[in-house]
Amino acid sequence: MRKKLWINLALVLVIPGLLFTVSCAKKTVKADTTLTQQAEDDAAAAAAEKAKQEELARQRALEEQRIEEEAARKLAARNMFLNEDIYFEFDSAALLAEAQAILKKKAEWLQNNSNATATIEGHCDDRGTNEYNLALGDTRAASAKTFLMDLGIAGARLSCISYGEERPVDPGHNEEAWAKNRRGHFIID
Amino acid sequence: MTGCRIKIICLISIAFFLIGSGLCRAEYDYIDITNPFLRKIPIAIPIFKNMSSGVTTEQLSIKASDLLAETLAFTGYFKILDRGAFLADPQTDAVFSDINPQNWTSIGAELLVTGGVLIQDDRVEMEFRLYDTFKEKLLVGKRYKGLIKDQRKIVRRFCSEIIFILTGDKGIFNSEIAFVSTSSGNKEIYICEFDGYNPRQVTHTRNITLSPAWSSDGKWLAYTSYAKGKPDLYIKHLREKRGAVIAKKGINITPAWVPNKFALAATLSFSGDPEIYLLTGTGKVINRLTKRRGIDLSPSWSPDGKHMAFVSKRSGTPQLYIKNIASGQVRRLTFQGRYNTQPSWSPKGDRIAYAGMESGRNNIFVIGIDGQGPVQLTHDEGDNESPSWSPDGSLIAFSSTRLGPSRIYVMTAYGTDQRRLLAIKGEQTEPEWSPRMVNK
Repeated sequence: MRKKLWINLALVLVIPGLLFTVSCAKKTVKADTTLTQQAEDDAAAAAAEKAKQEELARQRALEEQRIEEEAARKLAARNMFLNEDIYFEFDSAALLAEAQAILKKKAEWLQNNSNATATIEGHCDDRGTNEYNLALGDTRAASAKTFLMDLGIAGARLSCISYGEERPVDPGHNEEAWAKNRRGHFIID
Repeated sequence: MTGCRIKIICLISIAFFLIGSGLCRAEYDYIDITNPFLRKIPIAIPIFKNMSSGVTTEQLSIKASDLLAETLAFTGYFKILDRGAFLADPQTDAVFSDINPQNWTSIGAELLVTGGVLIQDDRVEMEFRLYDTFKEKLLVGKRYKGLIKDQRKIVRRFCSEIIFILTGDKGIFNSEIAFVSTSSGNKEIYICEFDGYNPRQVTHTRNITLSPAWSSDGKWLAYTSYAKGKPDLYIKHLREKRGAVIAKKGINITPAWVPNKFALAATLSFSGDPEIYLLTGTGKVINRLTKRRGIDLSPSWSPDGKHMAFVSKRSGTPQLYIKNIASGQVRRLTFQGRYNTQPSWSPKGDRIAYAGMESGRNNIFVIGIDGQGPVQLTHDEGDNESPSWSPDGSLIAFSSTRLGPSRIYVMTAYGTDQRRLLAIKGEQTEPEWSPRMVNK
């Protein structure tokens, strides 16, 4: 009888004890998971944050690149405005098709840069006489200005100046050099 | 009877010959006005006689006689005989005015100039005589006193006397030539004496400056300059610091003073198109002289100021036109060539010199006011542009690239004796001969 009692007692004590340990152990396990979960959450959050930062950085980089490209485009357009001359035939101020196409681009630039004013220079090759070429250069610049005004650019934004044969780009005395010198050139004031 | 008849016939023949030779011996015309350069007059100019002793006198005698020879040679009327051929040397004559005409006619000299030079401190006394050796006649003699440094002036004065006796005109020795040169690195205006001596810089704009024009009293110079960044027209008094600027929008170029008036014509494009306007010497617009669309420029006045020649593109290519100022009528002058510019009206009134371009090359042409001609004066030698007449209409200055860089040349009105006037650093262009200057 006493043996059964001790066995029962032991069981009563041991099993709950076991259960206790188990549940305690479980509890411990539960606590670990939250931590891991926390860590996981933190990690996830950090990862998300990192991703967000990267995304922002990428956006910024893209934006910067866009700005750079925009600036480069603007610079290119401005350089083209300055460097692309229109050309004329001998003793003529008439605008040929190619010259008109270039002038259209210049008009576009002027429209996109509404605060800019420009000066149109008229030049000639060195055949013919200095005085006549001063007058011819004047009519070449005037011809370009009229064309731009017809495209809607305000006349007040454009001034003209003739240099006749006084400022050639090519000092040669051959058809190639002469063709390069018979030009209208733009500068931004 | 026969004896009598023979006597009468002889008498009549003798009478005929005497009268005949009288008729044939016409007045000796020294210089044929219709073509003065056809035959150059042989003239002898021996070294002047030293009237004082010393090296300075000797050197001046040589220098002055050489200068006189050069100055006369410049006109194109004379053939200066080589001193090596002379039979007499005035240094050995007791009095330099005592000449033996045969010494000179025998070597072919038709004219003879003798002179004497006397120096005292810094002053010099020069005496000159011009002889017609065939007629054995003294034509003119003069004595001058002045400072040694004025020797060129003195020699020029006597040359004017010589030319006056021979042609009735005082000649060009009192004139100067304005021109454009790049000596300083930029195109600036320079002035030299008629024979190219003493070039001096007149503008200092440090920018492009060109197209000089003299007023008819020789006191004012008009020109175009980019001094303020664009082609403006400047009117400048040559001795006093005063003047005016015409700085209208566009080009302000090709000034040409109205003879004997303080007014000038110039090309202005402020209306949108290059046209010729008449302006006061102070730069105020009086009225507009050309009224057609298309380039009108380069006015040149007739000596009486009643007509104006100019260049116009109104018929499609640059050609010369003449406008009658009073009636306003305009007529075309040139019909040959596709590019005729830079008219210069002869002071004699009957002809206009201009630059005509063919196949990219410019040459000087002369056309009569009535359209007669044109005659081409330069051929196949570079670019020849910017003709400008001497004030007596006997010579033409122009620019030429025949030897490479552009230089100022001079030739007679008939295109003979083409020679370089001067050569300074850089390139020279756009010569403009002054009127006769008083008090030079």
